[in-house]
Amino acid sequence: MVSSSDAELAARLQAGDQAAYAQFVDEHSGHVYRLALRMMGNEADAEDVLQETFLSAFKSIDRFEARSSLSTWLYRIASNAALMRLRRYEPDQVSVDEPVERDDGDLLPRQFFDFCCLPEEDLLRDEARAEMDRAVDELPATLRSVFILRDIEGLSTDETANTLNLSVSAVKSRLMRARLKLRERLSEYFAHEPAAVHVGDEE
Amino acid sequence: MSTHSHHHHDSESCRRYLGSLSDYADGALTDELCAEIEAHMEGCENCRVVVNTLTKTILLYRQSPAPDMPDAVKERLYKVLHLEKFYRSDPTDPQGSSST
Ligand SMILES: [Zn+2]
Repeated sequence: MVSSSDAELAARLQAGDQAAYAQFVDEHSGHVYRLALRMMGNEADAEDVLQETFLSAFKSIDRFEARSSLSTWLYRIASNAALMRLRRYEPDQVSVDEPVERDDGDLLPRQFFDFCCLPEEDLLRDEARAEMDRAVDELPATLRSVFILRDIEGLSTDETANTLNLSVSAVKSRLMRARLKLRERLSEYFAHEPAAVHVGDEE
Repeated sequence: MSTHSHHHHDSESCRRYLGSLSDYADGALTDELCAEIEAHMEGCENCRVVVNTLTKTILLYRQSPAPDMPDAVKERLYKVLHLEKFYRSDPTDPQGSSST
């Protein structure tokens, strides 16, 4: 539901109040940029998506109906802008609403190295962070968008479904796939990373 | 099908539970299925590791630092939106202190 300050800001936006436009951009551009950067994987495309998002939000602010919050509404525009651009780059991979339910064979865990108890300094080093970012970048866009909204941005399952125009079960299924793929990849990385101490690694 | 319960790795159950482990990590399963999975994990080292590392994976991403939007990107955004006169650099951003 919509807070009163949200409703008030929406009304000012709809009235064309320039200061309200600036306030809206100031409050939300950081989030939109972050989402765009995670989705696109590079700064140039992220900036394009950021600009497209606000241009299109301002163009369609009259149609904002306060059934969702302004930020959910904006996230939806941003996700669509990112997915649309990705579809141009990877036309085979990106379908916005068709469920991707394939054989689960490729999800079967193969790595059983328990990296949970590695020292935080190993888990949090820059190289590990870079590997984590690459792993997200290399997910298919349909899984990536769900994972980013749900696990990185911290939206609920319902909010993610609402933002991406997916059913709750599609969100859960895609999230499950994304998480298992990332787990596999990080397990592989931490098992073979030279600096890590391999306790219990041998079969 | 005869079900002698061996305590070693039973890949058919592992496969059956695999799709629920993500919901399990979110605490979003029924008590019944939760208990079933926990009973399975008692005897299955592999699934225990998968659940541990899946949970840790989610946690690591939740904690990953948010990339900041560079001031220049913000400034260009304001320009594109014809809001230049409202632009101010983020006061908490040390890079933003150079202009004006
Ligand atoms: Zn198992």
